[in-house]
Amino acid sequence: MNDMVGIVIVSHSQDIAKGTADMVRQMVGSEVKVAFCGGNSDGGLGTSVPLIIEAINQAWSPKGVAILVDLGGAETNSEMAVEMLQPEQRDLVVVCNAPIVEGAVMAATEAAGGSSLEQVRAVAEELSAA
Amino acid sequence: MSLEPETLKTLVRAAAQQVIASTAELTALDQAIGDGDHGVNMKRGFEAVLGKLDTIGALPPDEALKTIGKTLVMTVGGASGPLYGSFFMAAGDALSQSRRLPDDLAEIFACGVGAVSARGRSQPGEKTMLDVLFPVLETLRAAVGNPDLIERVRMTATEATARTAPMQATKGRASFLGQRSIGHVDPGARSSCVLLHAVCDTLEARQ
Repeated sequence: MNDMVGIVIVSHSQDIAKGTADMVRQMVGSEVKVAFCGGNSDGGLGTSVPLIIEAINQAWSPKGVAILVDLGGAETNSEMAVEMLQPEQRDLVVVCNAPIVEGAVMAATEAAGGSSLEQVRAVAEELSAA
Repeated sequence: MSLEPETLKTLVRAAAQQVIASTAELTALDQAIGDGDHGVNMKRGFEAVLGKLDTIGALPPDEALKTIGKTLVMTVGGASGPLYGSFFMAAGDALSQSRRLPDDLAEIFACGVGAVSARGRSQPGEKTMLDVLFPVLETLRAAVGNPDLIERVRMTATEATARTAPMQATKGRASFLGQRSIGHVDPGARSSCVLLHAVCDTLEARQ
């Protein structure tokens, strides 16, 4: 069995993050590892660097991890989280410039076929190019 | 200006207390053009910094700055966490290398400002904290060693913050508002001003 790129969903809202992960599991199946996080450490809307790092580790695969984010702070915090990883992990994590729900479904679909991290990212980011 | 452990602790305490005291003001500014969480996020981050004050005070200055930065990154919960966190971590890195205080203050500050700019992929003129940090950097470069440095930094920060009001935001959440962002002071610019004023006031009181 080949490894598959893992997917991390980072939203300001725990509900959106969980809902997006549920949609991915239902549409793509459970063979791709999907982790999610949403909300700040007080349980309010926001994103949290330590929670993003935890989600990256949950979804970890030797082929890498693709992160899907919603609004600005989620992207900034995700980039920060990636920089705080160990150097050998850091190069295997990308933050995709794609809409969170559609991007997560497309990325997971591509990952399920055993594609590389770059291919997974490219498929998700095609959604933004249109 | 030397950075004795007690000076550092006093500066950090004053900066944190002033940010926490500005929570309502920052919230109001952010409700006008953002999502209203800047005040609460900054309060959470700087309360965490205050909680580590004894640890921070016992560290060499470069490690102290990096610890402040990392604490903000891990606790703030909005984009301002990585932005302010990167400022302090980069300033700490600069101090770890060959930079020394007080002679290299402007260059150390420049490393912090450069990190904010890179993290936010933003430049001055986009209605962000950089519209305060860059003018203050210019003042530091022009006036390090001058007896009126503190007063000039304080005035630069005040004036630069006010100048964000007529700007139209092109970065961050406020950019969604387009022209409607005009007429409001940027919350990040204001929190930078609060931090800088706290540092200036504390240093002045010790003179």
